[in-house]
Amino acid sequence: MLYSEKVMDHFTNPRNVGTMENADGVGEVGNAKCGDIMKIFLKINDDVIEDVKFSTFGCGSAIASSSMATEMIKGKPLSQALELTNKAVVEALDGLPPHKIHCSVLAEEAVKAAIKDYYDKNGIAYDESLFPQEHDCEHCGE
Amino acid sequence: MIYADNAATTALSKTALEAMLPFLRENYGNPSSLHTAGQEAATALFNARKDIADCIGADVKEIYFTSGGSEADNQALLTAAELGERKGKKHIVSDKVEHHAVLHTLKKLEKRGFEVTLLDVDGEGSVNPEDVRAAIRPDTALVTIMTANNEIGTIMPVKEIAAVCKENGVLFHTDAVQAVGHIPINVGELGCDMLSLAAHKFHGPKGVGALYVRKGLTPSILIEGGAQERGRRGGTENIPATVGMAAALREATARLEENSERLTKMRDRLIEGLSEIPHSILNGAAEKRLPGNVNMCFEGIEGESLLLLLDIKGICGSSGSACTSGSLDPSHVLLAIGRPHEVAHGSLRLTLSEYNTEEDVETIIKTVPEVVDYLRRISPVWQDLQEGKRKYVIQ
Repeated sequence: MLYSEKVMDHFTNPRNVGTMENADGVGEVGNAKCGDIMKIFLKINDDVIEDVKFSTFGCGSAIASSSMATEMIKGKPLSQALELTNKAVVEALDGLPPHKIHCSVLAEEAVKAAIKDYYDKNGIAYDESLFPQEHDCEHCGE
Repeated sequence: MIYADNAATTALSKTALEAMLPFLRENYGNPSSLHTAGQEAATALFNARKDIADCIGADVKEIYFTSGGSEADNQALLTAAELGERKGKKHIVSDKVEHHAVLHTLKKLEKRGFEVTLLDVDGEGSVNPEDVRAAIRPDTALVTIMTANNEIGTIMPVKEIAAVCKENGVLFHTDAVQAVGHIPINVGELGCDMLSLAAHKFHGPKGVGALYVRKGLTPSILIEGGAQERGRRGGTENIPATVGMAAALREATARLEENSERLTKMRDRLIEGLSEIPHSILNGAAEKRLPGNVNMCFEGIEGESLLLLLDIKGICGSSGSACTSGSLDPSHVLLAIGRPHEVAHGSLRLTLSEYNTEEDVETIIKTVPEVVDYLRRISPVWQDLQEGKRKYVIQ
């Protein structure tokens, strides 16, 4: 089997899938040309992620990574959500095949992009270094 | 389970299996041995070679067994390259939708100093024989164009291309791995110098194929080691496999017309049914197409997730999708016929064989739209398309 049972579970029964009206923060990363786009919507109250939704265009591991990432940040303070790493997502999924690791990277980036969007919208100051530039896609240069 | 991935590989036919069994059990002789056991094996090998030759209109001495289609392609290209090198001809003409067994071998030959012209294909994935004519140069050693495409099923005008090659005195090889046993192939009528075939694409065993090499041409050696295959491929012959290949090809050839007619109907019904999905498009030619091949793109979704969900629902298909092959690039074939990257990612290939039923087709027609719809509902690309933030590529 290409994927772990955890990955297949999150792929076939994704948690928090959907969109959100009036989200406090929205992050979208990836591009269709490469075959992966993740979009994360956050509802934030008192610096805590009250609700989170995602929509993903991509392979099984991309959908599973976004599902897992949303589950890991739901109900957490922003400071904790910002500590989410792609490695933690991979571990929580009981591993990803080597050529699918980029899916977990996208999940981490999508979460950070959504938080950054929230900070930007609300004029909240933040440490730029917490939000690394989205990695370049080596395949299409976008 | 509905197996609809027959371009990847097929089930071994009962006839082929039964033909093979004695050679896996009691008749285990080595055809190079002089004793009775060996000579029985040698006879079986000769008969298998003769049957395969008969099925494609070749002479028994023109069939060289290989480990499969990829080896046959490698050997064909190397044969022409070595001949060319001797005459100072170091140019090869091919096209952008060939199998990687051809494309990667061409890359290797480029490193060896060959110049390769990869022709564009039209929107249906076909090569224009006039483009071949225009590409041929005085130093062209070989033209290699597949008989039918493995991904999109388009049947190429290989007879016309062979004629162009003959007029210009250039060798012509065709990778007929997807075609043999599915559409009529006669090397004489076709006019090719070399042709590759693989047993497991027509219900024969895996690990065996053949290269047809026209009389007067001597294939290059990939595997040194003995007098097997007229000294052109060392190694004790795989008798069960060659016998199974011959049995499968005899059967496929005998049933070709009947199978082709039935599969073409099933294919067209499947295409019709799946075309009902909004923003979907058929890849490849509608008419000049392998009988069992369906390949479609669905906008707004990605192929691997589609395949996995279909698999869970008991349907085995394939996609040119990047993700399945471990690279991030979508199918080179879909890009060559002009599908943009984002659409090429959402492809589905379903390939039928005579073992599929009309009921299978109806189940697929019912299941695929459900899965496509589900994936579109969770796709941000689809949301953008629906909201007009992104323009549809497929109308």
